[in-house]
Amino acid sequence: MSQAAITSRWKIKTGLNGDFIFKGITVLFAFSILVILFLMIYEMVEQSLPSMAKSGWRFITDQNWDAVQEEFGALPYIYGSVVSSILALALATPLSVGSAIFITEIAPKRLGAVMASLVELLAAIPSVIYGLWGVLVMAPWLQSTVQPFLIDHFGFLPFFQGAPYGVSMLAAIFILMIMVVPIITSISREVLLAVPRSQKEAAIALGATRWEMIRMAVLPYGRSGILGAVILGMGRAIGETMAVTMVIGNTPQISLSLLSPAYTMPSVIANEFAEATSKIHSSALMEIGLILLVVTLIINAMARLLIWSVTRRQSGGGR
Amino acid sequence: MFNFVRNITLSLTIIALTAMAGQASAATLINGAGATFPYPLYSKWFTEYAKVDPTVKFNYQSIGSGGGIKQITAQTVDFGASDKFLGDDELRRVPGRLLHIPTVMGAVVVTYNIPGVGKGLKLTPETLADIYLGKLNKWNDPRIVRDNPTLKLPAKPIIVVHRSDGSGTTSIFTDYLSSVNQQWGSKVGKGSSVKWPVGLGGKGNEGVAGQIKTTQYTIGYVELAYAVENKLPYASLKNKSGVFVEPTIKSTSAAAAGAAKSMPADFRVSLVNQPGRDAYPIVGFTWLLVYQDQKDKAKGKKLVEFLNWELKQGQKMAANILYAPLPANVAKMVEKTVRTIK
Repeated sequence: MSQAAITSRWKIKTGLNGDFIFKGITVLFAFSILVILFLMIYEMVEQSLPSMAKSGWRFITDQNWDAVQEEFGALPYIYGSVVSSILALALATPLSVGSAIFITEIAPKRLGAVMASLVELLAAIPSVIYGLWGVLVMAPWLQSTVQPFLIDHFGFLPFFQGAPYGVSMLAAIFILMIMVVPIITSISREVLLAVPRSQKEAAIALGATRWEMIRMAVLPYGRSGILGAVILGMGRAIGETMAVTMVIGNTPQISLSLLSPAYTMPSVIANEFAEATSKIHSSALMEIGLILLVVTLIINAMARLLIWSVTRRQSGGGR
Repeated sequence: MFNFVRNITLSLTIIALTAMAGQASAATLINGAGATFPYPLYSKWFTEYAKVDPTVKFNYQSIGSGGGIKQITAQTVDFGASDKFLGDDELRRVPGRLLHIPTVMGAVVVTYNIPGVGKGLKLTPETLADIYLGKLNKWNDPRIVRDNPTLKLPAKPIIVVHRSDGSGTTSIFTDYLSSVNQQWGSKVGKGSSVKWPVGLGGKGNEGVAGQIKTTQYTIGYVELAYAVENKLPYASLKNKSGVFVEPTIKSTSAAAAGAAKSMPADFRVSLVNQPGRDAYPIVGFTWLLVYQDQKDKAKGKKLVEFLNWELKQGQKMAANILYAPLPANVAKMVEKTVRTIK
């Protein structure tokens, strides 16, 4: 029986063809994701309406969060989330890109493979484990060693003032950094592996040193991919709840000092939602969830703009 | 193709029918949700009760008191559980008459980490409130030294730790501070999460205990059971009768015994700072929330049977896993209320 005969028999029997069914299924799947997203946004807006009506814009400009008096100002949480994740990324990005370059370009093949799988292992550790390690090991170490050092040597800066408690904004930044490094490293590694061999060989043929080869041939090629990795890392950092809650000290305040305790948006939701009995309290927590979503969207959009402008400059510049 | 569809429909029907048949012959399922604090005890009760009456099955989800109140109000569960009682206006919004059934009591313990000072710190309500208000911030403050003449208290700042997650423990603790200190009552108030004047927030008993263990010169509060299991040092508190009392199962039960005389009929009462020489002052009930008028009479009957068992046999198991049982006189009063459930 020829191929055509089989196809036509199938068609006659069912009245459908494979392409049509496949298209239908993919459309259904793609739209179901959109539907879920819109349902979530709708539900969050709906639930936060009472809080919006009560607090208005004061909700994001006020610093006073008092569930007993039913006054809700979320600014310290927004500040805590944005500062902790941006600083964590600022520390994690050079570390991750550096190790990705080492794994792909510099290390002997076998060592690189071992390191890559170890880094991926780090990404698989559950966040509550990071949190426990953070509060039982890292925070005491920060308190006894790192923070006194910072106070003694950099105490004149407003960022390193106050008493060393251990649990602090600094602890949250460190734990987030450790958590996003594996993500950025492993994606950057994939990106760098995709750089064409010919491009690297061409650079070396022109007499470039290894560093020049990496700088001129490898990094420009992988730039947008690495930025994408950083965005994914940002997503994890800003949404991380458990580990941060355990080490940040959970104090809603805005302080320049990295040694003082702070609070983030996911943390306050996780902390207070289960026992929020009054309607306005749970509505306020819903509104924080909504703000978290909006902040994430803004950061994502900014990062996308950055990628777009970088790649445009690149192709416009005519490498 | 059609054959295929028919086969699937047929098998789905068979599966559905078997499932329905299975449900009809299975035990009565009673659903509950709420407080996390009594969860270990409740789950022990439910397993033990399955041996007494195998036709009943309990499904309890420890999602927190807030969730328990929400679900019983929405009538999505057969009973709720909470570490705090509903206010009058909350009760008015509930569809039907909701009863508060006290099951056991919990105590909140003040724990600390002062190098060179082991057990035996003594605190008065005034000093404790001022520490948490941030007004008293040195361990060698004369007011602390006065109550602890034998201890070597260092000239170090006090680091205050509190729970960051909303919890019944915080609710009882802030209730106590409000009742012994006017300024606390007006400035901070009581609730499962409050605006703390000072201090670091730790998540859960383990978060608070972790910070206290690893950080010197700290003070914090945890559940009695947690402090005993983890051998944390705890402070004796001066009670209403002027006696310094250590937190134990006995002194916790004593608080309810002291309150029995003035117990309101609906058991919506705070047990903090009760009279009695042996009464520990930071104590609270935990309640089951049950509708007086049960919609499903058969289920209601099973629930009442369980409550009666819990008030007799169940109470005996409580102390073993570090919950304070109801004193006999209070248990009698609760039994009377349980009898009104129909």
